Amino acid sequence: MTDHAYNFAYLDEETKRMIRRAILKAIAVPGYQVPFASREMPMPYGWGTGGVQVTAACLTPGDVLKVIDQGADDTTNAVSIRRFFQRTAGVATTEATTEATLIQTRHRIPETPLTADQILVYQVPIPEPLRFLEPRETETRKMHALEEYGLMHVKLYEDIARHGEIATSYAYPVKVGDRYVMDPSPIPKFDNPKLSDSPAIQLFGAGRESRIYALPPHTRVVSLDFDDHPFTPSKADHACDLCGAAESYLDEVITDDLGSRMFVCSDTDFCRTRREAGQVGRLGGTLEGEAA
Amino acid sequence: MIAATLGGGFADPASQSARAFRQVLQALARPGRIERLEGVAPPAPLSVAAGAVALVLVDGTVPVHLAGALDCAAVRDWMAFHCGARFVAAEEASFAFGTAEALRPLNRFAIGSAEYPDRAATLVIEVPHLRCEGALLRGPGIDGTARLSLPMPAYLAANAALFPLGFDSLLTCGAALAGLPRSTRVEGF
Amino acid sequence: MYVAVKGGERAIDNAHAFLAEERRGDPAMPDLSVGQIAGQLKLAVNRVMAEGSLYDPGLAALAIKQARGDMVEAVFLIRAYRTTLPRFGSTVPVETGQMACIRRISATFKDLPGGQILGPTFDYTHRLLDFKLAAEGGMPAAPEAPSRPGPVPHVTALLDRDGLIQRETDSGTPAPDLTRDPLHLPASRALRLQALARADEGFTLALAYSTQRGYGRTHAFVGELRIGMVRVSLDLPELGFAVEIAEIELSECETVNQFTGSKTEPPQFTRGYGLAFGQNERKSLAMSLVDRALRWRELGEENIGAPAQDEEFVLMHSDNVQATGFLEHIKLPHYVDFQSELELIRRLRAEAAK
Repeated sequence: MTDHAYNFAYLDEETKRMIRRAILKAIAVPGYQVPFASREMPMPYGWGTGGVQVTAACLTPGDVLKVIDQGADDTTNAVSIRRFFQRTAGVATTEATTEATLIQTRHRIPETPLTADQILVYQVPIPEPLRFLEPRETETRKMHALEEYGLMHVKLYEDIARHGEIATSYAYPVKVGDRYVMDPSPIPKFDNPKLSDSPAIQLFGAGRESRIYALPPHTRVVSLDFDDHPFTPSKADHACDLCGAAESYLDEVITDDLGSRMFVCSDTDFCRTRREAGQVGRLGGTLEGEAA
Repeated sequence: MIAATLGGGFADPASQSARAFRQVLQALARPGRIERLEGVAPPAPLSVAAGAVALVLVDGTVPVHLAGALDCAAVRDWMAFHCGARFVAAEEASFAFGTAEALRPLNRFAIGSAEYPDRAATLVIEVPHLRCEGALLRGPGIDGTARLSLPMPAYLAANAALFPLGFDSLLTCGAALAGLPRSTRVEGF
Repeated sequence: MYVAVKGGERAIDNAHAFLAEERRGDPAMPDLSVGQIAGQLKLAVNRVMAEGSLYDPGLAALAIKQARGDMVEAVFLIRAYRTTLPRFGSTVPVETGQMACIRRISATFKDLPGGQILGPTFDYTHRLLDFKLAAEGGMPAAPEAPSRPGPVPHVTALLDRDGLIQRETDSGTPAPDLTRDPLHLPASRALRLQALARADEGFTLALAYSTQRGYGRTHAFVGELRIGMVRVSLDLPELGFAVEIAEIELSECETVNQFTGSKTEPPQFTRGYGLAFGQNERKSLAMSLVDRALRWRELGEENIGAPAQDEEFVLMHSDNVQATGFLEHIKLPHYVDFQSELELIRRLRAEAAK
C-alpha cells in the first residue's frame, strides 16, 4: 500500500528534478562525482541515503525493485529499504535478480549477469577514492581536475613493497573510460570485473557526502594495477557448501566454537536459484533455516 | 491562448515525469538509441519531446535559454507556467532549447570547469529528422559503435574533444528523443 | 546443522515493538505529555529546534519524547520531517535590535543603554541538587520588573559609531542555503554561519574551547549576549509590503575580539557572531568564537593550523545527523568486506610463512 501522506517515492518533485539533473551529468562524465543537494532522509546518513535518493529519483510505478545488502535480500537494512519503497512508492518487489528492473545494492554486484533492462544503484559511504590519502575535498578535487593520480599509485606500490601485493581487498579503485579514478563502493574486488562493459546502467549515490556518479552501459572500467603486479579478483578458495557454485563470492560462516566453518554464496538469490535447479553442495540442501 | 498555456502538462506529474525521466536517462546513457516521449502537448514550435524534457528537468532553480523561433510568447508562457522557468542569456543557461542554427554559436554555452565539469549546459536541439543513421558514434554507453543523424556533426565532434568539459545534447524531433553526451566521440560525417 | 540467517523482517518488527514498550517505560507511571516537555524541558526543546533547523517547539517536544530523550536522535527526526516541507518563501532578515529581551548582558561595559538584564540564567545558581524538586514541585513565582521603555542598541553598534570595530557591510548577495545546494568550499561567511547555526552543540563548544586554550586564539570578549523574542516578517509581492507572520525566540551573541591593523588601516576590534533558535546560550556563545576563528584569512591573520581555523574540517564534521549516521553505520553488516580482508590477511600470512 502506498502511504499517501508522501509523494510517490517519498521525495517531492523539485528534489527529484534536482537529483535527476545530477544523474544525467554523472552519465555524461562517467566516473566524475557530481555534487548534489542531498536531502535528509528518514533513515540515517551512512545507511544508504544516497542510494535511496537515486532510487527514488529513478523509480517508476511499473518498476520491480530488488534491494540487497551484502548480496542478501533479507539482511535487515535491505529489508528496511525495500519496505520504505513498498510503503512510499507502492512498487512491486522481488528477490529474483532476473525479475528486477531496478536493484539497489550495498557491497555486492549480483552474480547473475545484469541486462540492458536493469539499473543497478549502489549505496556509497565515501565516494572519493583519494580521501584516505588526502582528507581535503578542495585538494582531491584539484587532483581529479588535473588527472593527478600519482598519490594513488604510490600508495598501491607501497602496499606491494610491504606485503608483496596490493593490500586492498574491497573498494578497490578503478579508472573509468581512461579518465577518472573512481571508488566502486565497498564491493569486494572480486566484483570489480563486473563493473566494466556492463549492459546495465550503474548509478552511485553518496547521501552524506552529497555526490552522485555513474557508469553508462558498456563503459570501460579498469582496476588499477601494475604490469608486474596485475589485478586479480579473489574469493575464498572453496565451492559453496549449499549449491556447489565454484565461481560465486562466498561468505564464511562459523558453525561452532571449535573452528568449524562453511562457505555459502553471499548472493542469496543466486544460491537459491541454483539449489532449486537441483545443484547441491558439500552440505547438501539443508534449507531448514529458510523454512523457519 | 490561456488554454494553450495552462494545458499540455503532465496529468499525473509524479508518475509521468518518472517514466519520462527514465527515457531521457536511457537516451543519454545509450547514444544512438531513440526514445519516444508522450503525454505532453506543448505549444508550437516546441516539440513534444522537448516539452517533456522541460517538464522533467526544468524548474525555478534552473536558468533556461530559448533560442530562435522557440523564444516566443507561447513557449515562454508555457514553460513559465509549468516549470517556473527563469529565462536567461545563452552564457548563463543550464538548459537551452532551439534548432541547431538558432543555438549557434555553440561556444556561448557553459562547458563546466576542470574542477566542476558538471556545471555545463544541456542543449535540447530540435532537429528536422532523427534516425539511427549518419555519424558514427563511439564511447561510453555504446556497445562498439552506433549511428545517429546529427545536426552540425563537426561542432559536436569538437565538443567531444573537450571532454571532460563540454555541453551535453538531447536531440528532439516530434516525440522522438536521442541523447549525445560530451563523452561520445563523433566520426564519419 | 547450519541454519541460514533469515527473518530480518520479523526481527525488525519485533525490535520496533520492544522499542515502543521501552520508550513508554513503567506503565504505572503517568505518560509524559508533549506539552510537559515543551514547557518544562524547554532548553532541550531549544537545542532540538536549533540543530534541527526548524522552529516548532511542539514538534521538537514530540521528537524528544519519541527519541526517549536522545537529543541527536530527536534532531534527526526533526531534520527528516523538515525536508518534506514545501517552501513558500523567505522571510526578511529578523531585526535583533528590536528584540524584546528577557536576558541581555555585556561583559565589555559595566552599564550601557538598555541596561544589563540577567534574566533566567543558571549563571549564579549554586549547583546543589535541589531535592525539593524531586518531591512535588509547587509553583515558584518571580518578581516582575516594569518593562523598560526605549531602545536596546547593540553594543557593537556603539563601538561602530566611534569606528573602533571592524564594520560589517551587507554585500547584498542572497544568502546561500546548504540545505538546497551542496556545500561548496571555500565557503562564504554566510554559509559558514548557517552551518554553525545547525552544528552540534558539543562539537561547537569543544572547538570554541580549543581557541581559548590557544588553538587559534582570538581573545574574545562577550560584547553582548541577548535572548528574547523577535518578529518574523514575510514579503508579500502581491501586497507590496512585509507582513508579520510569527514571533520567535532567539539567542544572539556578538564577541569583540583582538584588534588588527596595518599601515593603511588603524587598529580596530573585530567581531564573531552567533545566533541560535530559542534560549541557547552556550551554543550561540561557542558559535561566535568559532565564527571569529574561521575569519583568519579575511582579517589577515596567520593560520596556525588550529582545528577551529580549518573551514573544511569544521564544516564537514559539525553536523551531528551526518556524523551519527556514519558513525553508527558500522553496526550494519560488513561481512562481505570483512571476508575479503580475511582472505587477504590469510594469504599474506601464508606468503610470509614460506
